[in-house]
Amino acid sequence: MARMKFLCDEERCIECNACVTACKNEHEVPWGVNRRRVITLDDGLPGEKTISVACMHCSDAPCQAVCPVDCFYTTEDGVVLHDKDLCIGCGYCFYACPFGAPQYPQDGAFGARGKMDKCTFCAGGPEQDHSEEEFKKYGRNRLAEGKLPLCAEMCSTKALLAGDADMVADIFRERVVRRAGNDNPDLQRQPQGKPWGWETAYKEG
Amino acid sequence: MMTQVQKASFWRILSAFALMLVLLAISGTLRAHEGERHELHKAESVVNPRSDYWRQVREGVQGYTAVKGQETNVLIQGGGQNWRRLRNGPIASYGGVLLGVVVFALGAFYLWRGQVKLSQPRSGETLVRWTLAERVLHWYTALLFIFLAITGLSLLYGRALLIPLVGHKAFSVYAEIAKLLHNFIGPLFIVGLLLMFVAWVRDNLPSRIDIDWLRAFGGMVGDRHPSAGRMNAGEKMWFWLLASGGLVVSVSGLLLDFPNFGQERWLLQLSHLIHVVFALVLMAGALGHIYIGTIGTEGALEGIVRGRVDKSWAIQHHDLWCEQLAADESGSSVPDRPPLPETSHIAS
Ligand code: HEM
Ligand code: SF4
Ligand code: SF4
Repeated sequence: MARMKFLCDEERCIECNACVTACKNEHEVPWGVNRRRVITLDDGLPGEKTISVACMHCSDAPCQAVCPVDCFYTTEDGVVLHDKDLCIGCGYCFYACPFGAPQYPQDGAFGARGKMDKCTFCAGGPEQDHSEEEFKKYGRNRLAEGKLPLCAEMCSTKALLAGDADMVADIFRERVVRRAGNDNPDLQRQPQGKPWGWETAYKEG
Repeated sequence: MMTQVQKASFWRILSAFALMLVLLAISGTLRAHEGERHELHKAESVVNPRSDYWRQVREGVQGYTAVKGQETNVLIQGGGQNWRRLRNGPIASYGGVLLGVVVFALGAFYLWRGQVKLSQPRSGETLVRWTLAERVLHWYTALLFIFLAITGLSLLYGRALLIPLVGHKAFSVYAEIAKLLHNFIGPLFIVGLLLMFVAWVRDNLPSRIDIDWLRAFGGMVGDRHPSAGRMNAGEKMWFWLLASGGLVVSVSGLLLDFPNFGQERWLLQLSHLIHVVFALVLMAGALGHIYIGTIGTEGALEGIVRGRVDKSWAIQHHDLWCEQLAADESGSSVPDRPPLPETSHIAS
């Protein structure tokens, strides 16, 4: 059985935010909510790193552990989904999540939270696949169409990978080996220098 | 000389201890071997600077993001882990234990001591102990407290206790209402708390006789009837626990209630933990208060329900207050006491 995972290769991500935009458009995400976001660490400094993040579909999900109405479930593909009909907008999953994935459309006065919204790995929700209801609440169900999440599918540098964890890991492992990572002393000793990475692109120093 | 049970547990502890020693010995040898292997590797490997980098990111460093919003520039926040483990772990379990133990202890105490009866028969003469305004205030705050406790506990324990009984759908409908009620009743409760503080703080200032009252366990144990003014030391303790705990619960509750003032996650998590802990302590205290005020003491409840208490009850539990009332009536009012409600004599 597949276990779906995202992986963002921070050596490849160029901070174009296309995944953010594609997600927002594909699912017609509510105002004020972005299911995915791109973060640049050490912005503008040598060695800056950019990474795209959304719900990581944790194997032992903290959100699931704290939800007082127990509305999360993990699909056979290892995707963490929730039932908006049950959600009471308490905010606990948002307190618990390491990645800031759960978000809330504001609902009523004084910042009252509406139903929680988060990345579904393009797998919809508990409603009938491809139903109007499902689209309204959770966005498109691409997995049921045999497609992978749109953010990863359209990533121009293929920094963002999505799919079965084993395959994603294989792709990444192969990349790391070929790319001659900056930390691999054997490859650093080669005459042409480091063939990859920030230092090579910008000629540090 | 050990009983059978003691013997059995003694052997269990001994064997567990032996097992622990064996495991320690095994892990010790393993670690020694590992050490050797590390030594071998050390020469050729360099420390990967990336692991340090990502360890820092794990601690919630901020970056830049084009996505507008609060804390959207934080890749990973670690506080949620602590919050989840404390809430789902010790707070939920010890909180349940605390409430259970208090209920059990009060039940056991009742079986052992029974109700604290009136030592003198009712005189038929009654005194005004609580004015109408005071009673309304008491019951307003008390009812809201009970609503807050029930709705709050439903969020904390409903998943474990109610979902198996009523199912996900029904519980979700209830929890939605419970959350809404809790969030709206909270601020109303604070109003009651403040008014109560103002109304009763003077009666609850500590005095020297409180020590004597506490030494005699307030007459709950034994036959002594320690002296007390309008409020005895027990009532004063509950007053100050409610005032201080209420303040904490109110401030933390307001921070959670109105998350639109830019509170970050760490503050919400901290407020939540503090809120639940103090709420549980207050609930335990309230159980004791309710016990003493109802089945624990003959003649106490009628005071806060109808406003008047029998003179025999008043002399037994609040003798100094009675003297004060009598003194006030005869016109020799002591100046540092607030004006006290009028006495009345009803022929029975
Ligand atoms: C003494 C009375 C109170 C008690 C016994 C109480 C109890 C609780 C409990 C047990 C929880 C649930 C925690 C969890 O599920 O982990 C909770 C949550 C909460 N309480 Fe209270 N509380 C009291 C007063 C207040 C007040 C005065 C306020 C606000 C002004 C307040 C606001 C909140 C909020 C906002 C939450 C989070 C609930 C949510 O949105 O899901 N509480 N309280
Ligand atoms: S919402 Fe957060 S905690 Fe829950 S599965 Fe996604 S990343 Fe994990
Ligand atoms: S906000 Fe909704 S999904 Fe999140 S913990 Fe609360 S009820 Fe569960």
